[in-house]
Amino acid sequence: MISSVQTSWAALLGNPNSGKTAIFNLLTGLNHKVSNYPGVTVEKKTGLARFAAGDQFNILDLPGTYSLTPESMDERIVTEQVLNWIHGHEPPDVIISVVDATNLSRNLYLTSQLADLGIPIVVALNMMDMVKQDLNINYEKLANDLDVAAIIPMSATEKWGQSELLESIKKSMNSNVVENPFPIFLNDDISNALKPLEEMLKTQFRYNNRLAKAQALRLITRKSTVEIYTEMSANGMIVDAAFKKSLQEKRVAAVDILENTGIKHRIMEATLRYEWLDSVLATRNINIESNIEEYNYSEKLDKLLTHKWVGPAIFVTILYFIFQSIFTWATVPMDWINSGVAWIGNQVLNLMSAGMLRDLLVEGIIAGVGSILIFLPQILILMFFMTLLEDTGYMARVAFMMDSFMKMIGLHGRSVLPLMSGYACAIPGIMSTRTIDSWKERLITILILPLMSCSARLPVYTLMIGAFIPATHVFGFFNLQGLILVIMYFLGTVTAFVLAKVFSLFIKVEGKSSFVMELPPYRIPLWISVFSQVLNRGKLFVVNAGKIILSISIVLWFLASYPKVDETNGNENPIRTSYAGKIGQAIEPVIKPLGFDWKLGIGLITSFAAREVLVSTMATIYNIESNLDNIVQLKDAMKSDKNPETGKPLYTPLVAISLMVFFVFAAQCMATFAIVRNETNSWKWPLFMIIYMNGLAFGASFIVYQGGLLLGYG
Amino acid sequence: MRELPVTLFELKDGEIATVHSFKGDMELQSRLVEMGILPGISIRRIKTAPMNGPIELKVRDYHVSLRQNDARNILIK
Repeated sequence: MISSVQTSWAALLGNPNSGKTAIFNLLTGLNHKVSNYPGVTVEKKTGLARFAAGDQFNILDLPGTYSLTPESMDERIVTEQVLNWIHGHEPPDVIISVVDATNLSRNLYLTSQLADLGIPIVVALNMMDMVKQDLNINYEKLANDLDVAAIIPMSATEKWGQSELLESIKKSMNSNVVENPFPIFLNDDISNALKPLEEMLKTQFRYNNRLAKAQALRLITRKSTVEIYTEMSANGMIVDAAFKKSLQEKRVAAVDILENTGIKHRIMEATLRYEWLDSVLATRNINIESNIEEYNYSEKLDKLLTHKWVGPAIFVTILYFIFQSIFTWATVPMDWINSGVAWIGNQVLNLMSAGMLRDLLVEGIIAGVGSILIFLPQILILMFFMTLLEDTGYMARVAFMMDSFMKMIGLHGRSVLPLMSGYACAIPGIMSTRTIDSWKERLITILILPLMSCSARLPVYTLMIGAFIPATHVFGFFNLQGLILVIMYFLGTVTAFVLAKVFSLFIKVEGKSSFVMELPPYRIPLWISVFSQVLNRGKLFVVNAGKIILSISIVLWFLASYPKVDETNGNENPIRTSYAGKIGQAIEPVIKPLGFDWKLGIGLITSFAAREVLVSTMATIYNIESNLDNIVQLKDAMKSDKNPETGKPLYTPLVAISLMVFFVFAAQCMATFAIVRNETNSWKWPLFMIIYMNGLAFGASFIVYQGGLLLGYG
Repeated sequence: MRELPVTLFELKDGEIATVHSFKGDMELQSRLVEMGILPGISIRRIKTAPMNGPIELKVRDYHVSLRQNDARNILIK
């Protein structure tokens, strides 16, 4: 038998906005596994933390949730995990329950639910820096009341309390939980109604008394909990049909009994639990009613930030500022990367003797990967702002202000954040739609989200704008290049909104929409948290894009270099006669009405893997075409390329705009469709997306190019 | 004198009231009670979002927003 030392692990649970992610980042530093797409709260992230003595343990960061009833997707993930644990599938050694100290009663509601599970709990009482008066709590007594191992006051933002937290985690990992009776008083009516379900859970799953009572209470209160139990075969537990039937029958019977005695079963658990919790807090001198009239700093800030007129104006200004800064601030590091790549290419040219390997390295790999790396600064800047808006609490205000408009076009205030994330990348955006409770609004958000111009389109826009749009000023202060970029984003966004409305009229899906959303207090973000999120994003872009682009660059280089032309026939363009050239020419008739030639045709094909590949494709093509004296500047090469028949420039500003418009609409990113398949659980919706988006792209480009020709541009 | 109880929809920005009961949408009330918005709790209506959007409330120690239509299902006194 192989014996392995199992690393102990802790699960991090807490309300949304309790600072859970900040604590995770504080404990793990930058030492966490980059889960595929780190959306702020949606993904399952694991990290490694270290005790003072140097030994390590794993932390799993679960999505933020208000309770253990599975209503939204996020809560479902948490509830399923918890159910797996209590059924013996790798339960954590300890649960870290993150609690916002400024908002005790609501945060402790989840903690009290967790305390029923029989897993040691350490409460991280976060945001102590925001508590105005001394809370004056006897933490030991309160911990005893709540049946948790310890309550550790701390502040993730001010970075204190974490060593006490770690100490307490370590202590709890090696302790056993003593089973106390279910702490909440249940009158006879309720006790009797719970009994049959309780007994059933005990027999079936060997729950102890307390857990059986807690789960029975929840099963009666929320129907969605029944679903979790009956779908359990999907969660690694086998339950037979008889159990499912009996569970449902027993629940209906219990509901009947309760309603007959005048107890509203749907609010039963919350009513009982909050009553108990509020009385516990009251005996510890914590009054929950006193602060309702308090006019705090967030409310003062919101006077302006969510003001009827000023609020939206500030939002638009912030958006405009972000997009302008992407262009102005990023130019310096972009120039560095650009010259760095050129320098490396030239070094290789000098060091290696001419031959196939050198060609592949310089023309294929360095030119291809380098042309993508250059966009990293812009992506990092965009991600930085998005994370900042989220972590300060401003994003929730955006949802609040935009809900009226979003509802009008068939979406939800919560669609705003996913849609804005879509400006960075559709994939984390699509994943973060899980916070939208209503399936219909969520589906429509997913369907239109890829129309938000993602950062992979940015390289294409930047290349085209940089090469073909003059840097003149219009109306005095708008930079024409920046303006065209804003127009491209605007075009995608407006089309997305129009289509959302259209889809909402035609898609018939059940589900009611509600909008209950917390507006968290404004907070100064924890910088390590912001940077780790931005870094993860950047790493992901480089690794993912790098992999795709590297392989495509190599394949493309072969296709574009072979068969080699006869050296004596010097006038022949080597690309034109290559395999890639032949493919490009084969599709040229289809794309000619849009103004694209066969070279762009090759780019369009390769960009189906990922949009930014267009740029590396063009870079590879032009590098092969040139005589290898040095790495050519793609921008200049495209600008000076001539149509061999007419002798006029091959690419005009009109072609550039037509190409950009094509990229605004076209469905090109395979990874997006894979994610949509996962999130909608069918191929129907990704297929629908591919068809509608590409139809739109072709039509719009056609109108732009042909219209432009008619008007005499070209 | 207004008739009691009225709904949260009719409460004006800046006014304080106590939650009395719920009607209508079951999903909504389940969600609200889990966030501690229960019969007997005090709430203050803070403001209405731009374009006559959702309303913002203060309850317990936090701020929460909900749509005006949902506010019609919360009876207050």
